[in-house]
Amino acid sequence: MESGFPLLTLTIWLPILGGIAVLASGDKAGGVSKWTALAFAVLTFLVSLGLWLGFDASTPEMQFVERAAWIPYFDVYYYLGVDGISMPLIVLTTFITIFVIVAGWDVITYRPSQYMAAFLILDGVMVGVFSALDAILFYVFWEAMLIPMFLIIGVWGGPNRVYATIKFFLYTFFGSVFMLVALIYLYFQADSFSILDFQAVQLGMTAQTLIFIAFLLAFAVKVPMFPVHTWLPDAHVEAPTGGSVILAAIMLKIGGYGFLRFSLPITPDASASLDWLIITLSLIAVIYIGFVALVQQDMKKLIAYSSIAHMGFVTLGFFLLFTILQKSGGTSGAVMGIQGGMIQMISHGFISGALFLCVGVLYDRVHSRQIADYGGVIHTMPWFGAFLVYFAMANAGLPGTSGFVGEFMVILATFRADFWFAVLAATTLVLAAAFTLWMVKRVVYGEVKSDKVAKLQDLNGREAFNLGALAAVVLLFGLWPAPLVNVMQTTVENLVVQISACKLPAEEAGRCTLPRAEPVAAVTP
Amino acid sequence: MQLDAAQLLSILPEIAVLITACLVLVVDLYLKERNKGINHGLTLVGLVVAMALTGLGAGGERVLALGGNVVRDHLSDVLKVFVLIVSFLAFVYARPWLKDRGLLTGEYYVLGLFAVLGMLVMIAANSFLTLYLGLELLALCLYALVAFDRDSKPGSEAAMKYFVLGALGSGMLLYGVSMIYGATGSIELATVAKAVAEQGVENRILVFGIVFLVIGIGFKFGAVPFHMWVPDIYEGAPTPVVLLLGSAPKIAAFALAIRLLVDGLGGMHPDWQGMLVILAVLSMGLGNLLAIAQANIKRMLAYSTISHVGFLFLGLLAGTSEGYAAAMFYAIVYALMAAGAFGILIILSREGFDAESLDDLRGLNDRDPWYAALMAILMFSMAGVPPTVGFMAKLLVLQAVVRVDLVWLAVVAVAFSIIGAFYYLRVVKLIYFEKPTNQAPLLASGGVRVAMTVNGLAVLLLGIFPAGLLGLCQTAFG
Repeated sequence: MESGFPLLTLTIWLPILGGIAVLASGDKAGGVSKWTALAFAVLTFLVSLGLWLGFDASTPEMQFVERAAWIPYFDVYYYLGVDGISMPLIVLTTFITIFVIVAGWDVITYRPSQYMAAFLILDGVMVGVFSALDAILFYVFWEAMLIPMFLIIGVWGGPNRVYATIKFFLYTFFGSVFMLVALIYLYFQADSFSILDFQAVQLGMTAQTLIFIAFLLAFAVKVPMFPVHTWLPDAHVEAPTGGSVILAAIMLKIGGYGFLRFSLPITPDASASLDWLIITLSLIAVIYIGFVALVQQDMKKLIAYSSIAHMGFVTLGFFLLFTILQKSGGTSGAVMGIQGGMIQMISHGFISGALFLCVGVLYDRVHSRQIADYGGVIHTMPWFGAFLVYFAMANAGLPGTSGFVGEFMVILATFRADFWFAVLAATTLVLAAAFTLWMVKRVVYGEVKSDKVAKLQDLNGREAFNLGALAAVVLLFGLWPAPLVNVMQTTVENLVVQISACKLPAEEAGRCTLPRAEPVAAVTP
Repeated sequence: MQLDAAQLLSILPEIAVLITACLVLVVDLYLKERNKGINHGLTLVGLVVAMALTGLGAGGERVLALGGNVVRDHLSDVLKVFVLIVSFLAFVYARPWLKDRGLLTGEYYVLGLFAVLGMLVMIAANSFLTLYLGLELLALCLYALVAFDRDSKPGSEAAMKYFVLGALGSGMLLYGVSMIYGATGSIELATVAKAVAEQGVENRILVFGIVFLVIGIGFKFGAVPFHMWVPDIYEGAPTPVVLLLGSAPKIAAFALAIRLLVDGLGGMHPDWQGMLVILAVLSMGLGNLLAIAQANIKRMLAYSTISHVGFLFLGLLAGTSEGYAAAMFYAIVYALMAAGAFGILIILSREGFDAESLDDLRGLNDRDPWYAALMAILMFSMAGVPPTVGFMAKLLVLQAVVRVDLVWLAVVAVAFSIIGAFYYLRVVKLIYFEKPTNQAPLLASGGVRVAMTVNGLAVLLLGIFPAGLLGLCQTAFG
């Protein structure tokens, strides 16, 4: 479906141009750069809402497609489009960016215009990642994302920021360069850089396995999965509040998105034969990292580990599909697993973002993230305490919040696959409750711990706006997740059909574990 | 040999540069100390005229001139223009540095212009003789330029090393040429190519000749294991000279490699491919690893050059027209990046002080955010991070090697580029994450700022819109 108005282009380039405008406005003119930044962030969000409103949920085809030659000698196109998986993530991205801009309003004193500009540019680039349908375009956005984040952590971060940001950059760079080689290899197989053509190409088992590993390196670092997760706690702890929010709310989701867009549909047979690996790593993330989170002394580190555990849940939901297909033969369980993972990603975007904003609120006042430095915050900051408790409950998966919906769907899907997987996965509910609520107990309740806590001021208007808006969204999708589920339903069903067909060439047909079917034709506009 | 005026048309750019060089040589004699800036102006005008002449004569059929010794084709047009552009930038950047030290003399410009002439001759060469003449003209000027600051001990030492090793490299090349002449009976590339196609690997002398040619090319590029001179020269020579010898000559060296290996010995691609694979892997590996250990930024950039040469060889060794175009793209892009990076170092220097250590870049963002941003773009580009052009260049060479089923080589290359990313990031880290230790004002006139802006933004914009430059490179190889 071609659309006349280049809505996606606008969503990508509006914030980038805004970032340049903010940079140009400089820091001399007081609030001008901040208001410009906010205006562009809100405008971008409104534009991206157009994507949601104009989206046709009844078709799995790519929508809002734009295609123009970019490097003609090389078959590289400026090729954009969204389906039910990428569209909600784009709206999430533009939505969260607003809060990041607002959160940095007074707090950032060193070159605020550069700070705001970095987030706006990052906004556009991340939308680009979700909407690119050309592999090279995707890769360009994917890597370009690193530059603003590298600077955000390095310039505005904590004391150990240099170590953290270089670690962040090199880990991600390490993961992604091998993906680049895989993409180039796929180009020669598919004779095109279109991701949709990649999904239709037949590949032998060896090639699939190698490509799967290359993709896994890229996405596992991003998600991050055990054992390549160690950059995340460092990056989170050192990043400024806004950096942590974007990192947790959106950047991690790009890894999950990569699995759905690349790994599963391009290399289904390798995914089927190696799904035990991902399932094991995901369960380790859920359980082991859950315990690690329990013993953290630093609030940001605790939320960072909690993110890893939650993302383990997401990858679990995605990769259970082969086991479910084998056991039940139907696709409904598999669809539920992937949908659960998707909803978990989006809901975790809101909740982890809000939790990091909460930590930011405390940090701006006391300049400490240590749990031990707090206690009895509820006595001096009742509103803040209420929000923190609410988001902590959501993080633990309380029914009625969006955190519950995704987890519940994944656990249901897991039961269809294997009872014991489900038991292990369900421990996340206990563990998440344990580490978040214990933290809340120590920070919020009890006696007022110190003079610093006694002098705390409750939320100011900006902070209340940030937390209130996120709380409303968490509640909304917790009570009424239907719009979110509906919008991705057909896309996910189509994806499952596509993944569940063997893509090995005829001479290797004997090795198919997936039902052999005519490969689903790519949906080309 | 008949010499008519029409033949001269294809070497007009060379003639323009030669006239400018002679003009500067004479005019300089009559200039008072305070008027030495006229040399600078003359040089830039000469380069612009040469650019215009190249542009006017560009396009159309391949033309052989001067008895088949000189050729004008798409390849030579594009390469010449970029050599002239990069040299132009280099002269602009160098001026404040020279002026501050009282070195704004005619010698720098005369030698520099003759070096440019040497590069143009190399690019236009269609026989071993012309090629060698151009190469030596370039090399001799550079030897003298390295020692150009007479009072600098490291400079003289570097010049001596450069001369000895450079002469060795030229000797190897010449020896190889003589063997090929012995085997084929000609020094004209087309005739050699025909003879090679007939004889192939059967002729042992030819194979030996290729070995020596590749060694000679390796020397001139500074590829491992023939790289010994590069770090020492970069460290010892004055920064404006490093700027001159580290940027545009890479384009000329690319022309040398194309003329020798492809135009002359294209028929023996399987033989030299293996050698280039070894040189490429060693260069990427050693260059990136040793660059990490450097505290001197000129030395670091020297090792980074070595690793970039490794990447450039990936395109050459693929042996497809696509691969040659990728290597050409890489050479041009690298020259632009190197010119910009050394330009920033010149801006950071001032009278009695040379920015040489990495620490001199500390806190550049607080001293001048715009230069900081440009240097960051250059560093990300060298590291190969999109959306800068350095990424496009790497992408193209990787694609070329994957096309010829050398996937393992692409994997090795990207693995080393991760190591490379570390030391480029360290520069960005110093610029943005550290506080300045040195608040001295930056050395830069308005012209330098404009040139640096154009240079830095070109690196970014060519990355976002690479189609134009890539198209030029593709047409050069049909």
